[in-house]
Amino acid sequence: MVTNVTNFSRSGLYDWMAQRVSAVILAAYVLFLLGFVVLHPGLGYAEWQALFSNNAMRIFSLLTLVALSAHAWIGMWTISTDYLTPMALGKYATVVRFLFQAACGIAMFAFFVWGVLILWGI
Amino acid sequence: MGDGYLTSALPDNFALIVRGSQCDKKAVNSQRPVNLDLRTIKLPITAYTSILHRISGVILFVGIAVLLFGLDKSLASEEGFAQVQECLTSALAKFVIWGLLSALLYHLVAGVRHLIMDMGIGETLEGGKLGSQIVLVVSAIVILLLGVWIW
Repeated sequence: MVTNVTNFSRSGLYDWMAQRVSAVILAAYVLFLLGFVVLHPGLGYAEWQALFSNNAMRIFSLLTLVALSAHAWIGMWTISTDYLTPMALGKYATVVRFLFQAACGIAMFAFFVWGVLILWGI
Repeated sequence: MGDGYLTSALPDNFALIVRGSQCDKKAVNSQRPVNLDLRTIKLPITAYTSILHRISGVILFVGIAVLLFGLDKSLASEEGFAQVQECLTSALAKFVIWGLLSALLYHLVAGVRHLIMDMGIGETLEGGKLGSQIVLVVSAIVILLLGVWIW
C-alpha cells in the first residue's frame, strides 16, 4: 500500500511561498474590509451593494478567494500531516488523513464556487 | 520542533535535528527516529502561540461558511441586508462574530510575526520568545478593542 505523504506542489518550498503570498493578499483584504465597515458606522444596503458590485472590488474579492483556497488547503494539509499520523491513529492513519484532506478539499472548492456565485450574482 | 511549516519546506533527504536551543538542518538518513510526540514534550510559549495559530486557522476554515452565508444574504437584497443586521443585534450572534473575528485577528497578528521572522528578524531563541509575547499582547489588545466595537 502507498503510504507516502505528498503535498500539492510536490515542493515544500513552493507551498511555503504560496502560503506567504496568499497570506499578504488575505491580510490586505481583511484590513480593507474591516476598515470599510469601521469607517461606515451607519452602513446601508446601497453602499454595501455598491462596494461589492464595483469591478475593482470584484477582482480583489476573486483574488482573495483564490488566495484563501490555496492558503486554507496548505494550512489544513500541514495540520493533517502533523497530527493525523500513525503515531496518533495507528494503522488507519493514512485512510483517515486521506478522507480528512479530501473533505477539506471538497469544502474549500465548494466555498470557492459559492464565493464566485455571490460576487457575480450581485 | 514539530513545526510543519519548517519540516515541509525541507527537501526529502533533510531532517530537523533539535539540539538544545538550536535547530540545525542536516542531510541525514530519513529513517532515523525523531521524537515529535507533542504529548511528551514540555511546551514553551512559542509552541502555544504556534498551536493557537493552528487552532485559529481551523476555526476560520469552518467560519468561512458562516461569513459567506452572511455575505450572500446581505448582498442578495435589501431585506436580506436588514435580516443580517437584525440578526447581528442578538447577543449570541455578537458572540459568534466576536469569536470568529478574534480568531481572524489572532491569526493575522501571528501571521505577520511569521513574515517578520521570514525576513530574519527575531529568529533566535530569545527573539522567538519575545515575538510570541508580543503576539499575545497585541492580539489581546485588538481582540478587546474588537469586543468594544461590537458591543
